[in-house]
Amino acid sequence: MTAAPTSFLERLREDARQRFSELGYPTTHDEDWRFTSVTPIARTKFVPGKPADGPASIEQRGPGYPVCFHNGHWFPFESRLPRGVEIASLAQVLRSDPELVEPHLARYAASQNQAFVALNTANFEDGAFVRIAKGVVLDAPIYLTFVAMPGAAPTVSHPRNLIVAEADSQATIVETYLGSGDQTYFTNPVTELVAGDNAVIDHYKLQMESERAFHVATMQVQVGRATNFRSHLLSFGGALVRNDVNAVLSEGSECTLNGLYLVTGDQHIDNHTSIDHAKPHAASHELYKGILEGHSTAVFNGKILVRKDAQKTDAKQTNKNLVLSEDAVINTKPELQILADDVRCTHGATIGQLDPEGIFYLQSRGIGRADARNLLIYAFARDIVDRIKVASLREQLEKLLLEKLHGGRNR
Amino acid sequence: MSLLEIKNLHANVAGREILKGIDLSIDAGEVHAIMGPNGSGKSTLAQVLAGRDLYQVTDGRVLYNEKNLLELSPEDRAREGIFMAFQYPVEIPGVSNLYFLKAALNTIRKHQGLPDLDAMDFLALVKEKMALMEMDQSLLNRAVNTGFSGGEKKRNEIFQMAVLEPKLAILDETDSGLDIDALKIVANGVNSLRSPARAMIVVTHYQRLLNYIVPDFVHVLAEGRIVKSGGKELALELEESGYVGIEEVVESA
Repeated sequence: MTAAPTSFLERLREDARQRFSELGYPTTHDEDWRFTSVTPIARTKFVPGKPADGPASIEQRGPGYPVCFHNGHWFPFESRLPRGVEIASLAQVLRSDPELVEPHLARYAASQNQAFVALNTANFEDGAFVRIAKGVVLDAPIYLTFVAMPGAAPTVSHPRNLIVAEADSQATIVETYLGSGDQTYFTNPVTELVAGDNAVIDHYKLQMESERAFHVATMQVQVGRATNFRSHLLSFGGALVRNDVNAVLSEGSECTLNGLYLVTGDQHIDNHTSIDHAKPHAASHELYKGILEGHSTAVFNGKILVRKDAQKTDAKQTNKNLVLSEDAVINTKPELQILADDVRCTHGATIGQLDPEGIFYLQSRGIGRADARNLLIYAFARDIVDRIKVASLREQLEKLLLEKLHGGRNR
Repeated sequence: MSLLEIKNLHANVAGREILKGIDLSIDAGEVHAIMGPNGSGKSTLAQVLAGRDLYQVTDGRVLYNEKNLLELSPEDRAREGIFMAFQYPVEIPGVSNLYFLKAALNTIRKHQGLPDLDAMDFLALVKEKMALMEMDQSLLNRAVNTGFSGGEKKRNEIFQMAVLEPKLAILDETDSGLDIDALKIVANGVNSLRSPARAMIVVTHYQRLLNYIVPDFVHVLAEGRIVKSGGKELALELEESGYVGIEEVVESA
């Protein structure tokens, strides 16, 4: 007996809808949301964002395979893809070839206890479906760009991405979220990424939503055996931002989570990461760095779970924060749960200010005070920037950092 | 008119008076040594001249090149040609020595109305000065002073000075903590920069450095005042008698 193609999706959506109505929006009584109130999101009446009617540009940042979404809707593109690589509209694939998607979609990101994942699953319009066949080595990055174009009333989009990198494949994926204008909008993306055995996957997420945006994102990664997965999360925009990055590791895999967040004014950002060492001999390295200015607030919560049989786990977590004003607040918390007995797990968090001796030293060599300050801030972020292997992205990031630092000072 | 004219300079740190009326006049081409026991105010004088905001000037004035030095920001002092070699050079992780020095040099050149030095010319200049200081070129790509040994840090200071070519160089205990070989290299670097257009203030606790950098004048600082001035022979005198005699002068004053 074959089910109708849509029934799988409809069942999924119905379950998620039900689950969300049970869960409701999280409150600050939930441990995972202690420092982030989503009341502004819960209180706003959003309407679904409409597709762009006029021609809109696809941001091209150098060689690669670009895909663009406007208000969560697929923007058709022409691109020659190498053999063994598929980039398509998820909504389209769900209609035409649901069997490609069914084994993976919503299998990793859990609606069960994550309200915003349930909300996304119940409501997503579209997103990217990316498949890289076994053994394919991609020569240039895949760019998934999500542009919010808010209308007269607050809009919402729930981009849903599914990235399946089969065994022995190698690829770089860059997700970018951006928006403009003075209107409030809400982006609630979920990305599920399956990295097959022995694959090498670099994932970048650049979040540069507008100053009025709410952005609550979940990335759920399934890391295969002997697989190398690296995530780089670069977060600058938004009024209220929450990023969840969750990875489940298989035997002998290596997982790197790099993060950089820069918040100014009244921005709030919350980064929750979770690394599940489910199997032995896996290594994880995590470095998140934050820069806070103005009245901004930031949260870092790094969870590492080492399961009972995950012997020889090597996990290292570091969170460093540079606080540039007296009114900025950072809450940082490691959350280690270690059930195996032969492991190495380290964690550390620092909160510091700019070194006045360093500023004076630079001044004493002729460098102006503002430039000296920016140089030291940039130096703080430098090791994250240096780890970015996509040159055009690294350059864009350098520019963004400087622009934002200048903007922060002139406010 | 002297290059630097200090009159009745008083300065506090955290409400405590450290400099209690310094008078000093320095002409271009001269090397002045400032000696004195610990806590006499030598380093404070150097830092006040460089513009460190930890110190509050409460009285007196400082003219540099006929400008009121105390009104200038530290960066403007540097752009006007003042350079202080730090007693404790600051580590700046994440900023390469090369980038730092290029930014500094081009800022100063801009102030002087000169065009930026291009990458090739800059590298040539830097290599020449590194050879002078017998420094390993790998230090260029390392972060400023980060992980440098004490000797490397002090050499890096004089190297910067050689590249930036100041009008007035202030060496704040550049000799402290150096072994004799490093001391000779540092002194050699400093001596090569002596010129009729440039003045130097060499702050030191020990006479040893002055065997290698021979000063035109020696001043003895004690309890925030210059209590004795003379030629280079004054340094030798101090070597004989130590600062004991000096402290008596202060008490009887």
